[in-house]
Order: sequence, then structure tokens, then C-alpha cells
Amino acid sequence: MLDWMILGDVLRTSLRLMVPIAFAALGGVICERSGVYNVGIEGMMLSGAFGAALGTFLTGSPVAGVMVGILLGAFGGAILAVLSIRLNVNQIVAGIAINLVALGLTAFLARLIFGLDATTKTLAGFTAWAIPGLSAIPFVGPIFFNQDPLVYVLYLLVPFLHWLLYRSAFGLEIRATGENPGAADSAGVPVYRVRFLCTVISGGLAGLGGAYIVVSQVFVFTEHMSAGKGFIALAAIILGRWDPVSTLLASWFFGFCDALQMNLQFANPSVPYQIFTALPYVASILALVGLYGRVKPPAATGLPYRRESKT
Amino acid sequence: MVRVVQFLFVTKTIWAVVLALLVGSILMLSAGVNPLYAYASLFGGAFFDYYGFGATLVKFSPILLAGLAVAIPLRGGLFNVGAEGQIYMGALFCAIAALYLPEFYWPLHLLVCALAGALGGAFWAAIAGYLKAYRGINEVIVTLLLNYVGINIVSYAAGGPMIEEGAPYPYSPEIPSSLFLPHIMLPTDAHAGALVGVLLAVILAFVLKYTTFGFALTTVGSNPQAAKYAGIHVQRQMVVTMALGGALAGLGGAFEILGVKYRLFHMFSPGYGFDGIVVAFMAGANPILVPIAALFFSGLRSGAQFMQRASGVDSTVIDAIQGLVVIFVAASLAIRFGESRWGKLLAQRRALDDQLTPLEKKNA
Repeated sequence: MLDWMILGDVLRTSLRLMVPIAFAALGGVICERSGVYNVGIEGMMLSGAFGAALGTFLTGSPVAGVMVGILLGAFGGAILAVLSIRLNVNQIVAGIAINLVALGLTAFLARLIFGLDATTKTLAGFTAWAIPGLSAIPFVGPIFFNQDPLVYVLYLLVPFLHWLLYRSAFGLEIRATGENPGAADSAGVPVYRVRFLCTVISGGLAGLGGAYIVVSQVFVFTEHMSAGKGFIALAAIILGRWDPVSTLLASWFFGFCDALQMNLQFANPSVPYQIFTALPYVASILALVGLYGRVKPPAATGLPYRRESKT
Repeated sequence: MVRVVQFLFVTKTIWAVVLALLVGSILMLSAGVNPLYAYASLFGGAFFDYYGFGATLVKFSPILLAGLAVAIPLRGGLFNVGAEGQIYMGALFCAIAALYLPEFYWPLHLLVCALAGALGGAFWAAIAGYLKAYRGINEVIVTLLLNYVGINIVSYAAGGPMIEEGAPYPYSPEIPSSLFLPHIMLPTDAHAGALVGVLLAVILAFVLKYTTFGFALTTVGSNPQAAKYAGIHVQRQMVVTMALGGALAGLGGAFEILGVKYRLFHMFSPGYGFDGIVVAFMAGANPILVPIAALFFSGLRSGAQFMQRASGVDSTVIDAIQGLVVIFVAASLAIRFGESRWGKLLAQRRALDDQLTPLEKKNA
């Protein structure tokens, strides 16, 4: 049914659709590995998208836009960190609150700053940049190596995070904090600081994912433009078993589902596209059920840590 | 003095709400609108206008039931983030019962449709409850993921097998008019679902406090070990608790079909299930307080339109204020009287008093 042309097209699209999910999910991996559920990813992505639009709108440079996007996302992460780590507010509730605030505030400020209909005039953005040599490889080249700069950032980010998590001292601290904060604390790991930092990093990466949507895909800011991608990222973390490389693959799978769904809606309306919209979520649940025992979230994720508590 | 400070602490939720509204007024000022006027039109429209209050009650019904759907499992030690999906599944089951069952004596038929909705929600939540109890899989993740599966199933049903012929976008045919829920504030859309919700909140508060079922539910939540020794089947109780929560959300979805929409639309809920989480949290998972929190939130939602029309400030500011309310309430709940500076100072004074009393007695 799918010939090579269409497959290449779907793969290329899937890669583009994957990027925002992947950035957010990779940040989430770091965050959840340190013991904090980041349900606020959706809101942080939205803040990032808004920041990117704002930065590009004011300076005319998409690079500055991306910076502002990361900053606003990280700010959202810092709020989650203060609420859930310092004040011991339930992490889920804090995350949902951040989503609500981000949704309302970005829509409100967008209308205030960009004008009545909240859609900015088309902003400057990144364009595809072919890597000389690599992009000439038949079939694979145009798919993977003729993308915009942020995609290449993603390529570099994954091995870096893998190194950070499994080979660096800080990564050991992160994993220890997420598995057993009490033990980590007695070994001298600054549990609060590690969690705070990881949550801020997660916010920044979610913001980068949101910024990508603005500066590389649609070039405008629209209300609620993250449209549930943050929640898909949460699913990608689970399917990726809290591991950077697997999470990237999971994000790609979700991007592929999305691309296929879009392709099907046009090419073959008789197949219900909802199957492919729901597939990421079903796959994540099945992954949890089927791989039970092998797939386990970090033991202390979701639990607030208190020094004095006896547990 | 101690009384005053303690009173301020007991009512800290209210202070947090006031603080959130104050921050919201800064946003309004930045848009060049007088916040007092905006809030007056918001709350005036939502609560002191006949039609406005009707609109508030329309939103009150699903938000209240979703709030209970989160609050009850919370008392049982489970976090149900899936009320949104359960609302959708409830609506789906209810619509199937309403459209495809042969018509019979209407009160019974109506009851069957409502129960079908409850069943749909319960089924959806029980999946998460079962996986939690027997497989140890985090119910937060599963309920969150099931939301989107449920939304997509309804989207498929409303756009595929159940679609009305020639419909411009996905919705089902209209349900028989004998099944319409009675209205309580004609000519507004407010329907009996709001009253049923309040009634259920009272019943649930009673059940939790005075029945063995309620005891089992809350004991599993507060201390599963003790519950096991008390002879409670902990795992089965978890599934039942979750299913009960789901049934409430499913009922909320059914009331949306029977009371407001009369058809199964795709994407019909504007996030009532997520509002439910916020409401349950504000109410401290106490079923009696859930209706109050739900009324406040549904008032914010429906009053936003009045505010936009009257003062020109964009209704999206209400979303931001809702989030701020949650953040401030959450932060305020985290501050405990005993650990606060005031609490410590007062404790010191009391300790000093205790030291002094023996002296006074001696001197006397």
C-alpha cells in the first residue's frame, strides 16, 4: 500500500513531528529519574512556544527566540520545583496547576502583545539545512540530514544525556536520588539541589520542544498550540523506560503514528485515523503491562522527600 | 491573639484564593481594565444573574461529579487523573443505551441510561484499579494515558458507526426526547444533574464516615497494612474504590448527554475531568466540601463570558487565574501551622507559660 516515495515522505514528516515530543520527553527522563513527575511538561512546552514567538517577535532572530523559549520553559520548571520540592505540594497537582496557568497566561499575554487575534504575523524561523555529504546518501540522507538545525541539536543531545545519566558523577547522583533519596542523602548527595536542577533542566528542554514548533514548523504562536504533545511526551518516557535512547525511539514511534495518521486522513479516509491517534497511549499502557517487572519507574518518583521523615 | 492567628490559618484556603484573585487583578490592570469592575461582572454574572447562574449550574454538574470522582479514590489512597476519559466513556455508554435500546417506560429507561454511563466510567477506571492492585502499575500513569484512549474512542464512535447521516462534523443522532433530564431553572439549560451531584456528595460523605464500606475504603487509603489485619481484602477494595470514582465521572458524562447535549459529540468536554482534580484537591478530598469548590470553579468558568462582554478583558485570563488559585491553595496547604514562624513563636510562648505556671503556683 505504501510505496517508497510515500514511506520516505512519512518518515521525513515523522521526524519533524517527533522533535518537540523528543525534547520534552528527554527532559522528562532526567526529571523523573531524579524523582519528580513532571506533569507540567505540557504547560512548559506552551511557555516555550510563547517565549520563542515573543523573542523572535521582538528581536527578529529565531535564535534569540529559542533562548527566550528555553528560559520561560525553565522558569515553569523552577515553579514546579519550588512547589513540589520545597513546599512538598503533590507533584501531579502542581504540574496540572502549571498547565492551567501556562494555558491561560500565554493566551492572555499573546492577545495583549501580539494583537487581537493572538496570531502573530509570520515570524522568522529556521529552514532546512542539508549537511554536505551525509545528505547525499540515497533515501536515508534526505530524511535524516536535510532538516533544520534544532533536529541536529537533538541528535547531539541524546548521546550527551546518555553519557550524563550513566557515565558521569552527576548522573549517578540523579539516579540515586530517584531510587532512594534517603540513602543518597546519607551518602552526601544534595537531594534537594539535584531534584531542583533536574526539574529546571526538564522545563528548559520542554520549552525548547515548544520553541521548535514555533520557529521550525508553524512560525506563529496560537493559543494552546502544544495541543497535548506534553502528555504524549509523558507516554514516550514510559515507553522509553526512562532511558534517553529508548525514549528517543519511543518519541519517533509516536511521531510516526502521527505522520501516518495525517497521511491516512488524506489518502484513505475509510481507515479510522483515531486508531493511530490513540496508538501511542495504548502502546504505552501495553508496555507497562507486558514488560511488567522489567519496566519500572524509578522507585522514588512522585514521592516528596523530607529529611526528617522516617520512611 | 492566638485565636486570630489560628483562625487565619484555618481559613488559609480562602486567603489563597483571594491572593490568586489579586494577582489576577494585576493581569487585568496590565490590560488596562479596572479589576474591581471586571470581578464584579464576573461574580455578578456567574452567581447573581438568573441566566448566568443557570449557565454556572450547567458546568457545575460535570465539574462536581468529576471532583467526587477524584476525591473518593484519593481517600482510598489512589490518585485518579483519568476523570476526563471516564466522562467520555460514560457519555459513550449512555449514548449507546439511549440510542439503541428499545424505548420503554421513561423513568426506568432514563435510569438505565444513567447507570450505563456510570458503568462505562467504572469500567474505564477499574482497568487502572486492577493494574494497580494486581500488577503494581502506577495508577496515575494509566489513568492519564486512558484519558486519551477514551477521547479517541468517542471521537471514532461519533464520527464513524454512530454518526448521524449528513452530519457536518462528528456527532450522533439525537436521543429520544423522553430521556431529556428535567430542567430545574427554566428557561436556562440547568438540569437535574446538579441536584443529583449534590445529593451524591452528601451520601458519599455519610458512607465514608459511617459505613463499613467507607471504613474499608479510607483504611486502605491511610494504612493498607492495618487494613489487611482488619480483614479487608485490600486489592479488591482498590479496584472497587477506583471503579466507584470512575462511576461518578461516568455519571457526569451521562448527564452531559441526557441534560445538555442530547447527542454524542466528539471532543464535547472542555477539560471538566481536569477541573475535577483541582476541585477535589481544593476540597481536601472531603465530599461535603467538593460541591463548594466545584461551584466556585464553575462560576469562574461561566462568569468569564460575562466579564469579557462587560469589561472587555479577555476571558483567557480566567484560565490563568484558575491555575493561580491551584498554585496558591496548594502552597497554602503545604504550610502547616505548627511549622510556620507564627506557630513556632506561639509554641515558644506557650512553653514559656508552662514554665511560669509552676512558679506562679509556688508564689501563690
